[in-house]
Amino acid sequence: MVLLPTWMILAIPLLSFIINGLFVRRFSGHLAAKIGTIAIGFNFLFSLALAYYFFQSGELSTLEWHTEWLRFQSNLIIHIGVMIDPLSAMMLVVVNTISFFVHIYSLGYMHDDEGVGRFFSYLSLFTFSMLGLVVAPNLFQMYVFWELVGVSSFLLIGFYYTKPSAVSAAKKAFIVTRFADLGFLIGILLLGYLGLSVNQGQISSVYSPLDFLFLNNPDVGLQLASSGLLTTGLLLIFIGAAGKSALFPLHIWLPDAMEGPTPVSALIHAATMVVAGVYLVARLFPLFNLAPVALEVVSWVGLFTSLFAAVIACTQDDIKRVLAFSTLSQIGYMIFALGVASDLYPLGYTASLFHLFTHAFFKALLFLGAGSIIHAVHTNDVWQMGGLKKYMPITHITFLVAVLSISGIFPFSGFFSKDEILTAALESGHMTHYLVGLFVALLTSFYMGRIYFLTFWGQSRSHENASHHPHESTWVMTLPLVLLAILALSSGWLPFANYLWFAHKHDHHSLNMTVAFSGTLAAIIGLSSAWFLYSKNNFSKVQKIQTGMGQAYQIIKAKFYFDELYLFVTHKIVFNKIAGPIAWFDKKVVDGGVDLTGEMSQTFGQKLTLIQTGQVQNYIIWFIVGFITVLTLYYNTVL
Amino acid sequence: MGILSLIVFIPFLTAIFILFAKSPKTIKSIALAGTGLHLLASFVLTYLFFNSPQNINPDPTGLSLQFVEKWDWFSSFGVSYFLGVDGISLAMILLTSVIIFTGVLASWNVENRSKEFFALLLLLVTGVFGVFVSFDLFLFFIFYEVAVLPMYLLIGIWGTGPKEYSAMKLTLMLMLGSAFLMVAFLGLFHLSGLNTFDMTKLAQVNFDLQTQRWIFPTLFVGFGILGALYPFHTWSPDGHASAPTAVSMLHAGVLMKLGGYGALRIAVYLLPEGAKEWALFFMALTTINILYGSLGAIKQKDLKYFTAYSSVSHCGMVLFGVATLNFIGFKGAVLQMVSHGLMTGLFFSLIGMVYGRTHTRIINEMGGLAKVMPWLATSFYIAGFASLGLPSLSGFVAESQIFMGGFMGNPWHDLTWMRVLTVLSTMSIVVTAVYVLRGLAQVFMGPITNLHFNELTDASLTEKVTTALLIASLFFVGLYPKFFVDMIEPAINPIINRLNM
Repeated sequence: MVLLPTWMILAIPLLSFIINGLFVRRFSGHLAAKIGTIAIGFNFLFSLALAYYFFQSGELSTLEWHTEWLRFQSNLIIHIGVMIDPLSAMMLVVVNTISFFVHIYSLGYMHDDEGVGRFFSYLSLFTFSMLGLVVAPNLFQMYVFWELVGVSSFLLIGFYYTKPSAVSAAKKAFIVTRFADLGFLIGILLLGYLGLSVNQGQISSVYSPLDFLFLNNPDVGLQLASSGLLTTGLLLIFIGAAGKSALFPLHIWLPDAMEGPTPVSALIHAATMVVAGVYLVARLFPLFNLAPVALEVVSWVGLFTSLFAAVIACTQDDIKRVLAFSTLSQIGYMIFALGVASDLYPLGYTASLFHLFTHAFFKALLFLGAGSIIHAVHTNDVWQMGGLKKYMPITHITFLVAVLSISGIFPFSGFFSKDEILTAALESGHMTHYLVGLFVALLTSFYMGRIYFLTFWGQSRSHENASHHPHESTWVMTLPLVLLAILALSSGWLPFANYLWFAHKHDHHSLNMTVAFSGTLAAIIGLSSAWFLYSKNNFSKVQKIQTGMGQAYQIIKAKFYFDELYLFVTHKIVFNKIAGPIAWFDKKVVDGGVDLTGEMSQTFGQKLTLIQTGQVQNYIIWFIVGFITVLTLYYNTVL
Repeated sequence: MGILSLIVFIPFLTAIFILFAKSPKTIKSIALAGTGLHLLASFVLTYLFFNSPQNINPDPTGLSLQFVEKWDWFSSFGVSYFLGVDGISLAMILLTSVIIFTGVLASWNVENRSKEFFALLLLLVTGVFGVFVSFDLFLFFIFYEVAVLPMYLLIGIWGTGPKEYSAMKLTLMLMLGSAFLMVAFLGLFHLSGLNTFDMTKLAQVNFDLQTQRWIFPTLFVGFGILGALYPFHTWSPDGHASAPTAVSMLHAGVLMKLGGYGALRIAVYLLPEGAKEWALFFMALTTINILYGSLGAIKQKDLKYFTAYSSVSHCGMVLFGVATLNFIGFKGAVLQMVSHGLMTGLFFSLIGMVYGRTHTRIINEMGGLAKVMPWLATSFYIAGFASLGLPSLSGFVAESQIFMGGFMGNPWHDLTWMRVLTVLSTMSIVVTAVYVLRGLAQVFMGPITNLHFNELTDASLTEKVTTALLIASLFFVGLYPKFFVDMIEPAINPIINRLNM
């Protein structure tokens, strides 16, 4: 690259993790925090410069650096390296920007926590892992960093490790995603096998079968597709993507992951790690494009997740959980956009990544705003907030920008990307996706409006002492809010389609007036009904609706009992019906068998001692009997 | 005396020095110096190995041994003192040196009859090193017995719990394995008609199919008993639970590897046709091993049983890799031996350290220990992550090779079946995550459950050195697998070539 070798973008956070994690945090947590922030700040500037030069040069992809890591056999060698292409360049900017802002914010948010050094070391580790995932030039490296990201997420969710709920949330996140990664791993094995059987002369000799530049080559893709196993392989990989991106039915870990410190939720569980699944599908999109069945599955899973999560979000009381379900819903949006794309209608591909891009800013902003609120009122429950706009003006305005953006109000960024997704669905002939998408947009603006009005409008419903007024956070916390608000306002205006496209480059798409109108209408209906129900301190109408819905409301609020279902399957079936009996079987039957053999030989031996009487007469009798027997046998066989 | 004899007999000489030592302190110092010297010697060996011109062997199925030492011993029986080293042996020697060195460090608190304890420990290790460098079956068998027998005394005298029972069960079951081996070795000796126990010569004999068909399973089961092959694994949980720390470390870390080593080096290499006949059967059996061990671990209440069942699962992977009859699978098996050795070494040393403080190994009686012993908690988590196959630690590189090998299959077996078995085995990585995270969370996370835990201390300097060494080794294998891959691959080739003949 122009300024510095690109591997530096991985080396800096790694170095920061090692230095902070092993040494600095032992004597000064605050110094570790500063070192970590400066390191990521540097990375932030570096990634901007890198993206600028990259898009200036107009290159499509370059393998910047790689080195042999793991050799399976001479024609299947796994490299660790850095690949820059439009997709990874965009993600580098997103990850580093959000990570940097979250670092600054955390300087304030975590200031009084005794584990501040540990926190910042983990943040560096996460950033390193996520960047390694983003720049991976092959599927195997992606898996490696995919797992490391999982561990950093585990460590950060369980950051308050003395708190049992945080510990179990961390476990749950790790195990559920691990389960999904199994699919990813088997998919890699399958693609590796298929890749080895492809013979494309030139390209096969340059690349290893799991390299993206090999897999995404059109000729290779056609050969893979002709094997008949491509769809299976891609669906297996999609299971991995669904786990990390918390798509239905593997979504259950994400709401619980909110047990982690709020900056972590903003960075990992909203803007970066959870979109890794989207990134993975986009990365392999040339292959998905050749497997329409797989793509169909992707689109329906995405669509269902977005609806399902949006419905639940309308009923939750914990502000972070509402945001978590909102994240699920928005990721579902991105996924179904990818699912409706193809080489004939490639708009969905661009739209999905555009939404990933804008969503990162406004969702991080929402989480950091929520963190600022929680910091001030010491509760997560929206029913104990209210009237905060007077006390927290900056948080209020920036939060409002994010709410308008996610609702899809012109000219905020969410409007553009959401509009593009709906257009993609409509133009590719996916009518159901379009209509459900519109409905989800309505729900989105409703539940966002709900938490916005409940938090900032009306009067305070705090249980705390009335004389104790909440106050605005310090500047280290509000500065990132302001910066993110600017990005949430402006990022939609970026001519995104000029940078990232699939199949053929298309101009910045012109607004489809039908879609723009219906989308805006949905947003306005949602926001205004939220205003109608929640803006004043009189919730009798809300009560009425809730009782009117009866049982249905309770079921939705209980998240359709999916947690209970999973608990039932793991504890009652796997632990008690499989693991328990195996432990018992091993102790009683297998081990019992060994003991029994031992006892039997002892008993037999004791019986045998009865013959050993020590009396010569007995021995002589045995001797004579034996002698006669042998003699008889001998004569019988010889004669 | 060549460098290999030196490698084998340094521990033996150390043991003899120990017998003349007086104070416990001198005994420990001698043991530490001896094993430290040995660690250095194996580094030197590795350096020489990589820098000496490789033996160019005209026969592609012949082993490319280095530093060969060969003298006739009982020439009328064709027995010779035949030592050599190739990549597989070298990997095992490095593993063993690290484990015994850290094992001695981890036994720093042994006060009861420490002279006999260290002497026996070193005698055992002499046997282990001997096995790894012997290329004469008779010599191999002698060293094998030297490695197995001291275990009885080490567990019976210095153990805890129902130690006599465990020691007896372990020894008897391993003796059963030895009996199988003895029969098979004698069978090979007689049927070859060469009047020799020399492995390199026996490897040139093409035993007829009928012979291979019965000798191969005899050997595989014989070695399998030591390698915790289902259903002959039950000596291991009780044995590990009763054994003192260093003995558990050596036993799970090194001794169980003799099984996988023998299965690959002797059973498959000498009897390729028998291997082809039986591989799918053993692949299925080891799949049971892998899943059964990991599921069994979920319900364990004692940390040592927990680790022992986990070992059954991981050692199952070694034998699974051997049964794939695939180049990648073989390599994975050897890597897994190294990885599992380091990992359980770390696990058992940590269990010893935690037990020394809390005086309990029952998982549910502990809680919140991370607050008072962050070093031990972190180390425990690293060991746990290695065992659930996290990339960057050794377990991942080994397991991914094994799974890839199983998935790629071999020319002699139905690919679909091999894939089904491989996919079933991969499921263990989820189950492992479940029991590791559940177990460790109970012990270390959450609030402190017992007030007297507040007075406990974190690792001492010796303990930090012990764990740091093992952790560094885990990271080394996981981050720079090329080192071991380069070492092992040339040694795998002859075995594969012989299968392909």
